[in-house]
Amino acid sequence: MATTVHEPPSIETRDPSRPKITSGNGGGWRNLAPEGGNLRSVQEYAPPPSSTAIWVLVAAISMTFAALTSALIVRKGGAVDWRHFTLPSILYLNTVVLLASSITLELARRRVAAFMGGLKLGAQNPARWLDVTLALGFLFLAGQYLAWRQLNAQGLYLATNPSSSFFYVFTAAHALHLLGGLAGLTRVIHKLNRHTLRRTTLDATARYWHFMDVLWIYLLVLLSMKL
Amino acid sequence: MHDTAHAHVAPHAPKTFIGKYIFSLDHKVIGKQYYGLALVAVFVGMFLSWLMRIHLGYPNFAIPGLHLLSQNGAPGNVMTPEYYLQLMTMHGTIMVFFVLTTAPFAAFGNFFLPIQVGAEDMPFPHFNMMSFWVTFAGFLVLMASFFTGDGPTLGGWTQYAPLSAIGSATGPGQGLGVVLWASSIALFCVGQLLGSLNFITTTLDMRTKGMSLWRMPMTVWGWFITSVMGLTAFAVLMPACILLILDHVAGTSFFIPSNLVVSDQLQPHSGGSTLLWQHLFWFFGHPEVYIAIVPGMGIVSHILATCIRRPLLSHRVLVYSMGALAVLSYMVYGHHMFVSGMNPISSIAFSFPTLVITIPSTIIVLIWLGSLYGARIRLNTPCLFSIGMISTFITGGVSGFFLAQPSLDIMLHATYFVVGHFHFVMAVSALFGIFAGTYFWFPKMYGRMMNETLGKVHFWLTFVGVYCIFMPFHYLGLAANVRRYQAFVDDYLQPLLPVHRFITIAALFTGAVQLIFLYNLIHSRFWGEPASDNPWEGTSLEWSTATPPPLDNFGGTLPVVYHDPYQYGIEGSTGDYVMQTSPEKIQTQHDEA
Repeated sequence: MATTVHEPPSIETRDPSRPKITSGNGGGWRNLAPEGGNLRSVQEYAPPPSSTAIWVLVAAISMTFAALTSALIVRKGGAVDWRHFTLPSILYLNTVVLLASSITLELARRRVAAFMGGLKLGAQNPARWLDVTLALGFLFLAGQYLAWRQLNAQGLYLATNPSSSFFYVFTAAHALHLLGGLAGLTRVIHKLNRHTLRRTTLDATARYWHFMDVLWIYLLVLLSMKL
Repeated sequence: MHDTAHAHVAPHAPKTFIGKYIFSLDHKVIGKQYYGLALVAVFVGMFLSWLMRIHLGYPNFAIPGLHLLSQNGAPGNVMTPEYYLQLMTMHGTIMVFFVLTTAPFAAFGNFFLPIQVGAEDMPFPHFNMMSFWVTFAGFLVLMASFFTGDGPTLGGWTQYAPLSAIGSATGPGQGLGVVLWASSIALFCVGQLLGSLNFITTTLDMRTKGMSLWRMPMTVWGWFITSVMGLTAFAVLMPACILLILDHVAGTSFFIPSNLVVSDQLQPHSGGSTLLWQHLFWFFGHPEVYIAIVPGMGIVSHILATCIRRPLLSHRVLVYSMGALAVLSYMVYGHHMFVSGMNPISSIAFSFPTLVITIPSTIIVLIWLGSLYGARIRLNTPCLFSIGMISTFITGGVSGFFLAQPSLDIMLHATYFVVGHFHFVMAVSALFGIFAGTYFWFPKMYGRMMNETLGKVHFWLTFVGVYCIFMPFHYLGLAANVRRYQAFVDDYLQPLLPVHRFITIAALFTGAVQLIFLYNLIHSRFWGEPASDNPWEGTSLEWSTATPPPLDNFGGTLPVVYHDPYQYGIEGSTGDYVMQTSPEKIQTQHDEA
């Protein structure tokens, strides 16, 4: 027969003589909050939901692409009709563009961090690198469109062969997710211009954008190996 | 420009009717919207099952007015075999997605998860609103298939390819009907993914001061575990639906093999995998079973503790078991494919975890029974439905032992035994969880009590009714009564017809009983006895706020949590319970049972 004594958590602002509680002491994240549970001040300490949300999104998107990958492997496994084709070379250029966009986004993030931290960076506008990132993102999408056009010119359409079907499905799914990232970046630029940007919003958007890079490189390797 | 560490949108009181009730950002309104959607869906689904049961019991009976539903499907008001399958498909799809997933998870979870963890809202209210409206759009798209020329799809809720991928050559509704079905499910997936995103972030990041993970009520654990499952399962079903749509509209061959002749037509496809859909579908499909039941388990545990007036036998083991269910649910999906022609070694590999998954299920049931043992139970309607859920879950679970073994499953597969099994363990159990939650939380949601007498009448008639419907299914299955047949008028099945007639009468009766519930719901909403803030003398946070809760849930100040969620039967305390928000120092004896 176990006996448990439940004590109210010690809260420093209510009783300063008690030791300061650390996280994990039965209090969860919000234990750091002051007496009264004022959410606004709590928010300074609680981990931002936007950060968690990005990992949740990464998990869901990974599952989607894992499902499509398994479909590719199963479909190719027993196929007698599989026709290999060479990936359009513009894809490699697109990869460079996408990687460059991640670098410019990191540059933007540093500028914004410094700007928010009170450091003067002369005439440098933190939004400039974000604009460049946005432009590179659209350039990547345009490049993907050109890749589709190149395949069309070879007579490879969505239904031509299972290999081309998977190519279009994978690249279109990635492009759709990238469009979400572009929408996020547009929102960040808009907020920055209106001086309402939160660092966490920018960080979350940047993390998503880098994940799009990782996903694309995975897809490029997968498609060049399997198609 | 300030660096704040929170991407939270503070709730502003909406001013317009549309902002307040239609495109609301308030998680409580969204929860009610989900509940309303599930309520409409459940009556549509039940109505379809009535039509099916009448046809099964009385195959040549002309159902008055049926031709109004479908001219082609019911000429002379008698159902065609194809129309029976169409109704069956729609019954399954509506019930699994828009009732069993929507009500216990999306409806109650939306309303109560933020309140129970002490948050003023979900962190992404716009996503939350979108989640409901996308789900609602999915429901409309599904309903639209009733109004196409040849009606909805007849492929069953599992929509097995290649027959689902070919088009109208495989039967009425297999063209546009399947495209609408797959579009509807894809939309539903998007809605659930957005919902899961909010549920996970709310649970991890929005808990109030003192609300450690182990202080979260069982309901929150249920919703949290379900949202993690939903995130991974729906993310797989969605691309599967898109591939299915592409096979239909774009002429691809993901699921359709070469040289397939259907209805004397050679299909213009090549090389597709016939098992691919089954793998993708069941990778989602088995976790879906737990997506439907785990929130119900949380709700029942939560209500049970309130009714027995003492802590559950082991809060933590219950949580670990629910977590184990979630993890194992991904390793068992192949047991749906024992007879699909897959490698027998795979069957053994899937059979083993299928038997193992009964262990956490059994532990959960034993904790419930152990908690009930010797308790002075407050036998109100929510409690009755909770105990009823335990009963139906055990009944359905026991038949699962038989089906988990490939050698027995080969005999029982595609018989009414399976239908009886899953209706008990998943459908009725989850439904009882929904009923329990409704009677329990209605006062908090609408500020009025539901009628107890009507509630008890509803419970007893429903409880007896579902056993009368689904228990004979097991006997039918053992007598080799195959499922999905539209009539049993031939050969060896004819002697079983009286059993089917009994089931039909039981189904009509039990369905009619639900009108008592509907009446109680509507009548209590407007004329019910006003509810106090804590009518059940509960301890969790939803009972420490006003009834109904204000827009920001706690009227400006977030609560501080001091205790585990189920501090009932406390010796030396002022009442027999201590609320989570009470700073009172208490001493409890946890494991007295």
